[in-house]
Amino acid sequence: MIPAEFDYRRAGSVDEAVELLGSAEDAKLLAGGHSLIPLLRLRFARLSLLVDIGQLDELRYVRRDGDRIAIGALTRHADLAQDPVLLASCAPLADAAAHVGDPQVRHRGTIGGSVAHGDPVGDLGTILLTLDADLVVVGPDGQRLIPVGQFFTGMFQTALGPQEVLTEIRVPEIAAGTYLKFVRRAQDWATVGVAAARVDGRVQVGLTSMGATPLRAHGVEEAVAAGAAPAEAAARTAEGTEPPSDASASAEYRAHLAEVLVRRALAQV
Amino acid sequence: MTITVADRVLRKEDDRFLRGQGEYVENIPLEGSLHVTFVRSLLAHARISVDASAAAALPGIQVLTAADLDCGLFGPPPLPGLNPAMGRPLIAGDVVRFVGEIVAIVLSETRASGVDAAELVFVDYDPLPPAVTPQQALTDEVLLFPEAGTNVATSGGSPEHDDALFEGCDAVISGSLVSQRMAPCPLEPRSAIAARGPDGRITAWLTTQTPHIDLLGIAGTLGLDPSQIRIISPDVGGGFGAKLLSVEEVLMVWLAGRLERAVRWTETRSESMVALHHGRAQHVEFKLGGTSDGKLLAYKLDVVQDGGAYPVLGSFLPNLTLLMSSGVYAIPRIEGAFRSVVTNTTPITSFRGAGRPEACQAIERAVDLFAAELGLDPIEVRRRNLIPNDVFPYTTASGATYDSGNYEGALDLALDAAGIDELRAEQARRRTDGSVKQLGIGVSVYIEITNPVAETEFGEVEIRADGTALVRTGSLSTGQGHETTFAQIVSARLGLPIESIEFLKGDTDGIAKGMGTYGSKSTQIGAAAAQLAADGVVERAKAMAAEYFGTAADEVELDADTWAELAARVDADGRLGELTVSHEFGAPPTFPFGCHVAVVEVDVETGKVELLRLIAVDDAGTIINHMVFEGQVHGGVATGVSQALYEQFIYDEDGMPMTTTFVNYAFPSAADLPLWETVEQETPTPANPLGAKGVGESGTMGSTPAVQSAVVDALAPYGVQHVELPVNGENVWRAIREAQVKT
Amino acid sequence: MTQVSIVVNGDRHEADVEPRQLLAYFLRDQLGLKGTNIGCDTSSCGACTVLVDGESVKSCTVLAVQADGHEVTTIEGLARDGELHPVQQAFHELHGLQCGYCTPGFVMASVSLLAENPNPTEEEIREGLEGNLCRCTGYHNIVKAVELAAARGGT
Repeated sequence: MIPAEFDYRRAGSVDEAVELLGSAEDAKLLAGGHSLIPLLRLRFARLSLLVDIGQLDELRYVRRDGDRIAIGALTRHADLAQDPVLLASCAPLADAAAHVGDPQVRHRGTIGGSVAHGDPVGDLGTILLTLDADLVVVGPDGQRLIPVGQFFTGMFQTALGPQEVLTEIRVPEIAAGTYLKFVRRAQDWATVGVAAARVDGRVQVGLTSMGATPLRAHGVEEAVAAGAAPAEAAARTAEGTEPPSDASASAEYRAHLAEVLVRRALAQV
Repeated sequence: MTITVADRVLRKEDDRFLRGQGEYVENIPLEGSLHVTFVRSLLAHARISVDASAAAALPGIQVLTAADLDCGLFGPPPLPGLNPAMGRPLIAGDVVRFVGEIVAIVLSETRASGVDAAELVFVDYDPLPPAVTPQQALTDEVLLFPEAGTNVATSGGSPEHDDALFEGCDAVISGSLVSQRMAPCPLEPRSAIAARGPDGRITAWLTTQTPHIDLLGIAGTLGLDPSQIRIISPDVGGGFGAKLLSVEEVLMVWLAGRLERAVRWTETRSESMVALHHGRAQHVEFKLGGTSDGKLLAYKLDVVQDGGAYPVLGSFLPNLTLLMSSGVYAIPRIEGAFRSVVTNTTPITSFRGAGRPEACQAIERAVDLFAAELGLDPIEVRRRNLIPNDVFPYTTASGATYDSGNYEGALDLALDAAGIDELRAEQARRRTDGSVKQLGIGVSVYIEITNPVAETEFGEVEIRADGTALVRTGSLSTGQGHETTFAQIVSARLGLPIESIEFLKGDTDGIAKGMGTYGSKSTQIGAAAAQLAADGVVERAKAMAAEYFGTAADEVELDADTWAELAARVDADGRLGELTVSHEFGAPPTFPFGCHVAVVEVDVETGKVELLRLIAVDDAGTIINHMVFEGQVHGGVATGVSQALYEQFIYDEDGMPMTTTFVNYAFPSAADLPLWETVEQETPTPANPLGAKGVGESGTMGSTPAVQSAVVDALAPYGVQHVELPVNGENVWRAIREAQVKT
Repeated sequence: MTQVSIVVNGDRHEADVEPRQLLAYFLRDQLGLKGTNIGCDTSSCGACTVLVDGESVKSCTVLAVQADGHEVTTIEGLARDGELHPVQQAFHELHGLQCGYCTPGFVMASVSLLAENPNPTEEEIREGLEGNLCRCTGYHNIVKAVELAAARGGT
């Protein structure tokens, strides 16, 4: 379908983007466009001003920064999937990026756009949550760091202010980790996804599509920390979750899948 | 240029498609046309009133509603056999009966402004309770058409049957098969363009399978003289039985008649998912009985067909289901009955298979349950009951007279190609090991009916002044390769190379008459008619060659050069028209058949099913073009497998469609399906000079039950006896849980 | 309206576009390149696939303004001097198309796939084409066509 009308401005810098976001009501950022444009086409989203940051190449990078890996927000999924630093030191993130959508989507979609969208069925948000990532954000009051645990506040809602731009994502290097994604069809969003990783020696588990935001499976983590075997720990997967029922799966089935995938993921870390 | 590789003639039509020059209706340029945007109901059942004032106030925008209509109901009714009180208005008046029903028409200068204006057409809904499922509709608590007094649109068969049918049976099983609602999803959404010419005639370009039939339907509904309408169907991006005449096409012609300007419309995919009619949606309750050594004696089926909100072709398809209920088995006693009911959902029409996959799905499920009841091998039970090879023509207890068959041959070919013994061994190994991924094997021997209502098709061959040929027929391609296959057939008769034979696309002015493309009949009656017409041209040509060249008629060698010379000579005498011959060929139905074997791997923890292999033996008589034949099997099998594993169009309890995009309607990609292992068998039919049956829908027949059967087979150790279609992860998981609860 | 300058199939085009105009409609309606088809509205079917700077993208999910300053290749730009590209030729020889509507998208996606992975396995081809849908072919011959094109050097 055809989107409703909007104005368009191209930002030459992050600071300009921040300014432009403040210049109109209902202004939104455009990066790869693969979260936003589908919503505009179906007229599920409307805006008065689109601020295009897609050409800010300075936000495309993956590099080591101390004991963290710094990822520019405009790095595309296709590039994350093949990045040698990620493959070596944060493989689940590269793997998840390699399975977002399809090749055409991965040529355009960015990690920043994906994450800032706050989609509860997004894979990357779950991985970042599992890894206790930090998000670097620039706004009218300057730069701040948002721990991912505070970032996802609701369905399609994040802690980003209306004039803030996500510029960088910082993840730890991890020795072991996996992302298991259950899908009906290859190109589908996850019916349920489970991320598991050893972060600073501790096993951490994240869930996709088990609630209004990506979630950490705290019950599972507690059980593992107390020495439980995978099956026993996995039995606590549903704690704190509220999986949806929709055309893809019922809440009950999601809960079951999550438990199975958690058990399998734990066996891999 | 065509390249012949062995007997696989490559397609003439490929070039334009590969270069992006396809003549799809949306691509047809027509200067100054107005864009049409249909405003559609957001509720399943409601009284409505429409306020278009805000939209109509926008510059360049016109809005039309039911109040502007000056014609009657779509059809027009009474359509034979359907409840006459269930006619469909072209635009909803005071009641809407399904989400997607047209409530207003917006005309605009640009596509975008039409979408903008459509948002400002305000519809006031006074909701009525919906009857969403056929079971709800059958209670008649909510009547979609109060004047009808019932929700039953049509019915048939023998409703009075009792269990005397099963006398003498050692075992009788009962079960059900729900052939779930599917959306046809041709990749090309519908488009229509209509324009009134200076002579007052209206030309409409439609993405239709049936230009001639559409013309009559449009003329009838609008009260127009058919000679005042021309329908052109150029390249159609897939039809699958669903691109038949509906209200949109009638409205486009109506608009063209009313306005000074041409009009054009292309549906969006979300629009198509609710407005283009759906398929299947049939519920079968069955009982099958036989002896303890596996001989089938009696079969009873009760079919409830969901007709959707306004009954169309789909409401009649159970006639074909009942007709084909016997399948390939010699079952002495069969009784069946059906009722088609209206529901507050998208109407149901034909969709690749159209009533026959349902018959296969039911009998194959029943045979599996019967075999399980007796502890017999399901393949052996099938073999024991196959109609033998020496009894054709054979009339089944359900009233179909099969033309030719070799069912056991197909079964054996399939089992051999599958390597059934190795598969059973692997299955046994995994069962012993308690593997998380269990193996299942499903075998389905199927039969179907093509040219089901014994139609007659038109074929004409014309020699042009330059000695090349033109073929006309009422059949047209929606991807099946008619430009090539018809040229092959005519080439073989005329002695002209395939490159010199042009196939005219659907055009009611250019082609005198026709039935269109559906029921897999293009080759068996259309190409047969073209062949007979070609033979007629050859006969005339030989006589004329004798006359003009002095050779004896039976010594004339017709090739490109002689045709060119002859055509030039007779044209100079004004006699070229004698080298145009038409023929109408009618024939009884034919019965393609085959055997499909599915091998699946089921993750018994998650329920996820992966189809590892699908072996397809399809026998549709004489094969004209092996490459095209295989392509039809591939496409049909993919659809059948997708019905088994993935697709389901879902409504919630309020009649809201839940699967209106490719995100939530599970249409599979290449990553979700395996390669298809096809094996040929050709058992010609006596029904036409080509010996050919129709293969277009065969792939959908055995594949769905084979996959369902394979999944049940994989789960047999868990006590699972049935899994609902689609056999996806959730349905498998539930089936395992329910079976475990029982034990 | 916004001014854009986009090279399409080697030709530079300067145009005024509405920001909301999708690249797919720009190509079809403004440049008259009707080979790129629109089969859905959720970026699922891939019929609209073109190359932007050599990489496959869904032109229905890219705004024309985003293509400003970039190079776009559509199906019409693939053949060289009228000669079919090896991918087009392979689709023809192996009957990788029936109604043809999804075909331009599949061809462009395949060209991009082979540029990134010149010798893909069957599985890699299937995954590489998961963003393209077809109702006619059952994908079998499409996969075989890409294998054939790969074997012949793909470019």
